[in-house]
Amino acid sequence: MQDSRTPAVSMRNITKTFGTVVANNKVNLDIYRGEILSLLGENGSGKTTLMNMLSGIYYPDEGQIYIDGKPVQIASPKDAYDYGIGMIHQHFKLVNVFTAAQNIILGIDEENGKKLPRWSRLDLESASKKIREICDAYGFDVDPNQKVYDMSVSQKQTVEIVKVLYKGADILILDEPTAVLTPQETEKLFKVLRNMRADGKTVIIITHKLHEVEEISDKVAILRKGEFIGQLITKETNAQEMTNMMVGHEVKLNIDRPEPKNVKPKLEIKNLTVKTEDGITKLDNVSFTANTGEVLGIAGISGCGQKELLEAIAGLQPIDHGEILFIEDDGSKTNLVGMDALEIDKKGVSLAFVPEDRLGMGLVANMNLADNMMLRSFRRKGSIAGFTDRKTPRELAEKVVEELEVVTPGIDTPVRRLSGGNVQKVLVGREIAMNPTVLMSAYAVRGLDINASYTIYDLINKQKERGVAVIFVGEDLDVLLELSDRILVLCGGKVSGIVDGRTADKNEVGLLMTQVGGGAIG
Amino acid sequence: MFSLVTFIPRAIVQSIPLLLGCIGETLNEKSGSLNLGIPGVMYVGAICGVIGSFFYENSGAAFNPVIGLIIPIVCCMLGSLMMGLIFCFLTVTLRANQNVTGLAMTTFGVGFGNFFGGSIIKLTNAEVPSIALSATSKAFKASLPFAGKAGVFGKLFLSYSFMTYVAIAIAIFTAYVLKRTRTGLELRAVGENPATADAAGININRYKYFSICIGCMIAGIGGLYYVLDYASGVWSNDAFGDRGWLAIALVIFSIWRPNWAIWESMLFGGLYILYLYIPTGANFAMKEIYKMLPYVVTIIVLIAISLRNRHENQPPESLGLPYFREDR
Repeated sequence: MQDSRTPAVSMRNITKTFGTVVANNKVNLDIYRGEILSLLGENGSGKTTLMNMLSGIYYPDEGQIYIDGKPVQIASPKDAYDYGIGMIHQHFKLVNVFTAAQNIILGIDEENGKKLPRWSRLDLESASKKIREICDAYGFDVDPNQKVYDMSVSQKQTVEIVKVLYKGADILILDEPTAVLTPQETEKLFKVLRNMRADGKTVIIITHKLHEVEEISDKVAILRKGEFIGQLITKETNAQEMTNMMVGHEVKLNIDRPEPKNVKPKLEIKNLTVKTEDGITKLDNVSFTANTGEVLGIAGISGCGQKELLEAIAGLQPIDHGEILFIEDDGSKTNLVGMDALEIDKKGVSLAFVPEDRLGMGLVANMNLADNMMLRSFRRKGSIAGFTDRKTPRELAEKVVEELEVVTPGIDTPVRRLSGGNVQKVLVGREIAMNPTVLMSAYAVRGLDINASYTIYDLINKQKERGVAVIFVGEDLDVLLELSDRILVLCGGKVSGIVDGRTADKNEVGLLMTQVGGGAIG
Repeated sequence: MFSLVTFIPRAIVQSIPLLLGCIGETLNEKSGSLNLGIPGVMYVGAICGVIGSFFYENSGAAFNPVIGLIIPIVCCMLGSLMMGLIFCFLTVTLRANQNVTGLAMTTFGVGFGNFFGGSIIKLTNAEVPSIALSATSKAFKASLPFAGKAGVFGKLFLSYSFMTYVAIAIAIFTAYVLKRTRTGLELRAVGENPATADAAGININRYKYFSICIGCMIAGIGGLYYVLDYASGVWSNDAFGDRGWLAIALVIFSIWRPNWAIWESMLFGGLYILYLYIPTGANFAMKEIYKMLPYVVTIIVLIAISLRNRHENQPPESLGLPYFREDR
């Protein structure tokens, strides 16, 4: 790939090691002005580390970075800004109690070459004016006086982008910007990115979603386990080729859907209504049946009651009215409403919920893998009264690490040291190992790379074949359509339809997601 | 008889050590450091000032009021700066646990004060176990000459020593810096979210060192004010009592706003000495109950703040947490 222009950023033989782990090994990268480059790779492939070296968070052990053809040393985030490089991190770097404007001007000590005064009154008015100008130029919507704690995730991201533009960055790095956005918000973001490209800015987006690579980027650079695999022009490649380069071996891109066997109702939800403390209705008369040997997908725009539904079944949410009937093997029915979470858990109703912050529910960050396994098993057989059985959880932890290919120094490592995707594998692996009769999982593959996602899909299918009733809340419609036998669509807390996963198409489900259909519940 | 005109000036003089300690602790906490060593810092500040002025008064030279003022202040600031540097080195550079370090420093500071206090008391060969620095205290307590002639107004507003006004000026200036200036914005960012501040190119350690050290020096001056102003230059061991802890409680009461702390320290000061002014006769139990008042008020304020649950009223988000860039 020859280009006569000088690259805006050129990285040559960049190597970075953390202890014994090689995060980047002799990586080469070229990015030109007016281009969007996708940096593609699985979890732990070193994408973020590489970009952190460009933005001054880390310093490379070896190699040289060139900006506009000149060799530069980027030793701190400040240096990066001086070279016009701004990074939008996956975990937003914003101060919650500050307004948008305060966050945006934070750390700026000179303007137009003039040192800003340290001790005199901050000029927030002129900053706000400049922020509005940037917003108008690219189509953002930011209120400079809004406090960050009042903002939605997408608004926070917008503030982050405006922040780097305000500092005059013309090379923008976005670390998995769409991981937390709804499809509509993603569309809005992409529009803005295209505006920036048209304005001659350089945009690098870190992602592992192939369809996004195809949609937004001009070029794609692929990393695998810290190694630079190659740089392609997006138009000249396809999803299969990129996946193979990313994973290193052939991956088939369709998900298995074994025929459901021995389908019997297991969980019957009747007219379930859940309200928040403030009286806002989160679930409104939801009725459906979950069957054994079947995957029931739940689709819906985020915040439409998915979380409340699963929590209500698991006994973690107070229920306004309605019934949750658990059907035993002999056909007798027990109402789960009013039972506490522990009793419901004993019936084999298992909840693997992956919250937005991953560690908030389910795992204890400071405990190691084995102890986290024990959180679920300490009440079970094998433990003498008052003492815990440490052996079984250790074996389970080892099994999960091996089967799900969790990248960890060992099972004695605290979970917080693991990367997000690996934390998720531990959580999902543990829930599945509990041999549930009903397995509920929400966003089980959020933030996971392709390989790990497919491992999880396989696990879910194995559970289905074992005769477990699986309830799978997903974000990606394509996945839901390929994995689920039936799809229940939630819209604003109501069931807007239940469709057959084999025959439904994306548009049909998409339409149901945005409008409540008739009472037809099938 | 209970007289407001005599009570209020005493309450205000009582409040200034609390106010200075509170400003010092606020500066610490705004940078994300929960410095429980402030009571010790105030002790060390006080005794260092006392040592300085003791040797000046007993040097045999004629007492010059200006030098008599400068020596204890400089000694006090050096002493508390040392304490601040110890805290910084341990918690910022070595990332030691702030609570443990702070408590150790308080234990150390009180012991340091009592040790050197005791040594000097021995040097004086006095009958009573205390050091009296009357000349220095006189220089400190000098108030405006016409204050005495201005009646009640003069008594309430003009009768204080220059340090009292300086303390209030420091409170107002600190509040202004924190709220309005670029320096304050950056300092608050360090205490709220150091990773964000770091990514914005702010030197975290420099801000922490400066705010902790300046905070400790301000708190140390509070200790000195107690001895030379409130106690009229008489040092006796342990007399400073639990005022350092009260200053830390005041930080919460003032919800990290030094300008609010001016009024609240006066309230605390008033409550602290109220038992002296309310006739309880021989009923000592009642006196002890009155002494509880500042703490009761702090608890009530804590409840009120948590009920309102506003983000602005919360402690700095990363208070008490060490920051290490490559940690996750």
